[in-house]
Amino acid sequence: MTAADPTQPVPAEILGKDAVPTPRADSPVLSLSKLSLSFGGLRALADFDLAVNDSEIVSIIGPNGAGKTTVFNVITGVYQPSSGDVRFAGHAIAGRSPHSIAQLGIARTFQSLRLFLNMSVLENVMAATYGHTRATPVESVLRLPWARREEREARALAEEVLSFFGQRLAGYRWDQPAYSLSYANRRRLEIARALATKPRILLLDEPAAGMNPAETHEITDLIGRLSDERHLAILVIEHDMHVVAGCSDRVVALDHGVKIAEGRFDDVANHPAVVEAYMGRDPEALAESG
Amino acid sequence: MGFFFQELVNGVTTGALYALVALGFSMVYGVLKLLNFAHGDLYMVGAFIGYFVIQWFGGPAALSIPVPVVLLIMFVLAALVVGFLGVVIERFAYRPLRDAPRIAPLITAIGISFFLENAALLLFGAQYRVYNTSEFISFSSGIQIGSVSIDAVQIMVLAMGLALMVGLRLLVIRTTLGKQMRAVASDREAAEMLGINVNFTIAATFFLGSALAGVAGVMAGLLFNQVTNMIGFTAGLKAFTAAVVGGIGSLPGAMLGGLLIGIAESFITGYVSSTYTNLLIFGLLIAVMLVRPTGLFGRPQLRKV
Amino acid sequence: MSGEALPPTTAPDVDGPQVGADEWVARRAQRHEYLPSWLGAAQRAAERVGWWPRLAVAGLAGALLPLLGLGGFQLQVGIDSLVIALLAVGLNIVVGWTGMLDLGFVAFFGFGAYTFALLSSAQLGSHAIHLPSVLSIPIVMIATGILGLLVGLPSRRLIGDYLAIVTLFFGEAFVEFTNNVAPGVLGGPNGIVGIDTVHAFGHQISTNAGYYYLLVVVLVATMAVLRLLDTSRTGRAWRAVREDPLAAASMTIPVDRVKLMAFAFGAVVAGLAGTIFAAQQISVFPTDFDTPILIVVYAALVLGGSGSIAGAATGALVVYVIYDGLLRSPTYSGFMFYGLILLTLLAKLRPWRRLGLVLVSTVAFGFLAHAVAQAISHTWVAGAPQSTGFVGAALRDWVIVPANPQTPGKFGFVLLICMLIALVQVKGVWRTILLVPTLYLASFTWETVLIASPSVTRQLMIGAILIVMMNARPQGLLGTRRVEVPA
Repeated sequence: MTAADPTQPVPAEILGKDAVPTPRADSPVLSLSKLSLSFGGLRALADFDLAVNDSEIVSIIGPNGAGKTTVFNVITGVYQPSSGDVRFAGHAIAGRSPHSIAQLGIARTFQSLRLFLNMSVLENVMAATYGHTRATPVESVLRLPWARREEREARALAEEVLSFFGQRLAGYRWDQPAYSLSYANRRRLEIARALATKPRILLLDEPAAGMNPAETHEITDLIGRLSDERHLAILVIEHDMHVVAGCSDRVVALDHGVKIAEGRFDDVANHPAVVEAYMGRDPEALAESG
Repeated sequence: MGFFFQELVNGVTTGALYALVALGFSMVYGVLKLLNFAHGDLYMVGAFIGYFVIQWFGGPAALSIPVPVVLLIMFVLAALVVGFLGVVIERFAYRPLRDAPRIAPLITAIGISFFLENAALLLFGAQYRVYNTSEFISFSSGIQIGSVSIDAVQIMVLAMGLALMVGLRLLVIRTTLGKQMRAVASDREAAEMLGINVNFTIAATFFLGSALAGVAGVMAGLLFNQVTNMIGFTAGLKAFTAAVVGGIGSLPGAMLGGLLIGIAESFITGYVSSTYTNLLIFGLLIAVMLVRPTGLFGRPQLRKV
Repeated sequence: MSGEALPPTTAPDVDGPQVGADEWVARRAQRHEYLPSWLGAAQRAAERVGWWPRLAVAGLAGALLPLLGLGGFQLQVGIDSLVIALLAVGLNIVVGWTGMLDLGFVAFFGFGAYTFALLSSAQLGSHAIHLPSVLSIPIVMIATGILGLLVGLPSRRLIGDYLAIVTLFFGEAFVEFTNNVAPGVLGGPNGIVGIDTVHAFGHQISTNAGYYYLLVVVLVATMAVLRLLDTSRTGRAWRAVREDPLAAASMTIPVDRVKLMAFAFGAVVAGLAGTIFAAQQISVFPTDFDTPILIVVYAALVLGGSGSIAGAATGALVVYVIYDGLLRSPTYSGFMFYGLILLTLLAKLRPWRRLGLVLVSTVAFGFLAHAVAQAISHTWVAGAPQSTGFVGAALRDWVIVPANPQTPGKFGFVLLICMLIALVQVKGVWRTILLVPTLYLASFTWETVLIASPSVTRQLMIGAILIVMMNARPQGLLGTRRVEVPA
């Protein structure tokens, strides 16, 4: 499977589901071209290309250490790429600071949760509204009418985002400190917090990690709903193939920083390079090849 | 020109002193990632111990036993007592906070520093204690190179300092304990899982670092003559500067940093004015921190996101 | 990675009963936040009232306090502790909310004081400015805020320990600067004297009572402003930056800018404290702004509760009243010392039987020890307890005070430290047993050496507060316990 050319419309057969015409297929919401990153001698990413379109769900899979989280870190500005381009809605963003990238509309969750543990559930989500609010400290203190309105709107947004998760993060939880949440709820809270930044694309780093089958099913549904109801593009890193199969429009496989396959889940899952990356080479084949 | 070299000699001698304190400081930072603010005050305790040893044996003018023996006792006793004190402080103040957020042991260290300074004030009073080194080690016993004179105390400080630094380096590189110290400094959890007794290693590091500070304190008494409860504070600040300029956690860096600070201090005092010395050294530190926070030899810490 | 279809999983029953893991954790955590026993009950009751009513009550209480007949030095103590409270509340922004260790904070205090002095005194000779306070105080606040921004600049690249060192050095540099640089303008070690009082529109505040009320108003106003900040986007941003700077940045928060704001606001509050301090003292000296004051402010914040406005102010009042009280007459400090010990025992020693047992045993132990010492040698008990008044009289035949108390007292001090350390290590019945001689030894040390050098003793106390609080109750009296992910 060759890499998709971001300047061409995405062919229907690459999409795993019934082909739904992608809006503005000539301008993906996120495009990475020839992205490379090296830490000293360690090559983390090599010539990585990726395009994500609006309302599309793309999964990145690969064995541990393949560079999946590194992709997220480069996109969100935590790392600067050694070479290559990152474009968001047409604008080059490589080199910007993480907070300005977040303000543009790229939100993420973290592989190992990074909640504001000592703040309440509601405060966690409201903190993420910072970039889209403008009240200065003085205006906040004076409680000017428009500052109060902005605060009310931020709170309304936070409540709406939290209610997306139904009973899980319902009203009575809002004032509880985040450290009191169970593991699955913490993962949900992190997604809620990311949603509060009004993103166009959401980067989920192993959202189903550590979840039991019931919770995994919930997360898979959730990702689908996020894309459908909120028209978000979603980029998911996952190890759990139930999730990948259940929600992805497209799957990209990564190994040692190099893209080794891209396409529908079934195609990628059975791709020989992907099988080898996960399982190692067949010992008989190894012996045969000398 | 002779003045330049004289100041250089003085600077290197003081530098050796600062290097010893900075070494202990850096060692402790390496294993615990803790800035032990109380480290300078351990140096002060060492200086007092040296003073009391002299008094015990009759005072500087009338020592009842030969000078080399007194010196030996001073150094050994200071090393042992201050080393032990360091271990006690680690055991009861820092160990409970090992997994606490970094701000907690830092504040505790400030508390201990303050407490030590005032305990010394309570126990020993405010008046300056004087070593009167010239009474038992005459100034004329030294060497003269051209117009530069290096007296016996300076020679001793330089020689001992060098020996201790070399010894410490050998210990860290060649011995098992040194390996364990480096392992714990690198990744404490992994070291524990490999069977290293982390508590013991940390205690040993504290012992060594504090003992070095104690020895440096005695040297300071011999060199600078006056001992009071606040000498640890200023020396501590300079040792911080040295350790940080050289790269915190790096032992060669601490040595180099100490020498640099000593020489800088000597030249600034000699050529400019002593009033501005501290100010300029602080300024130097801030400049280094802003330009190259990891110091000369430090390695930036990589953290996995 | 086979080609087979994955087995289907069933959807969970979201609306069914959930085992309350979250609720249990939340309730349990809440229970442990509060102070033990009756203090905790008082806290919970107070919390139901709401933050603003509590502030109003506290402010009212503070304003009414002088009417109880405080005068003279008591007002001065009140004034000084209110200044420290203001400083602690400002430091809380940087340390408690944003999590940055600023060890040069007291330099902002000094800068505010000195700038006010220059703007409102005859110091500048022929260029002397005597700005009315309505102008000079805001100017100083803004100037200090700008200085705060400058000092905070390193915080963008330095974290934790490194920032602590740089700020510490800045604080030291400030003292050196005011001591040595431009003595004609800054006065050198002799500082600046003859500073104007707070005055505007023809009125001026020139009595201690006046400054006391001014400070109560200023402190209450500052606490109110900070509360409003804390519940706004800025406060959330500060606390998010403390929790996890990387996550905060990923959630649109400009971390560097937020850190600078924390420094700036902290500096503004410190500058404000500096102006009132300078006006009230009518003079400023470099030594007013040296490390001991910094450490008192930190002790105040640590004791009261870092992260809580009320905690900072309360901690400051408690710490300073004791800090100053120890300097007063031996009677006063005796009351304080023994009172503190008794209070601690009351709060921590349960059940009541145990407390009674310890107290009775200590009294008995004391008399026994005294008798034995007297029997051995008269000089051993020839001295008199330094505590005067009621306390001294009560202790006369109980505590051993030798004729030359200095040396035994010093040994006693060292022994006391060892015993306190041992006390922390042992558990259960041994701890109760060890408590008795420790208490006696404490009294002994107090009567022989500690009370004689009150200025040193109070510094020791401050250091002890820092050490003990960080180990025993890091969230302070009124703070909430933090949960941290080990780095």
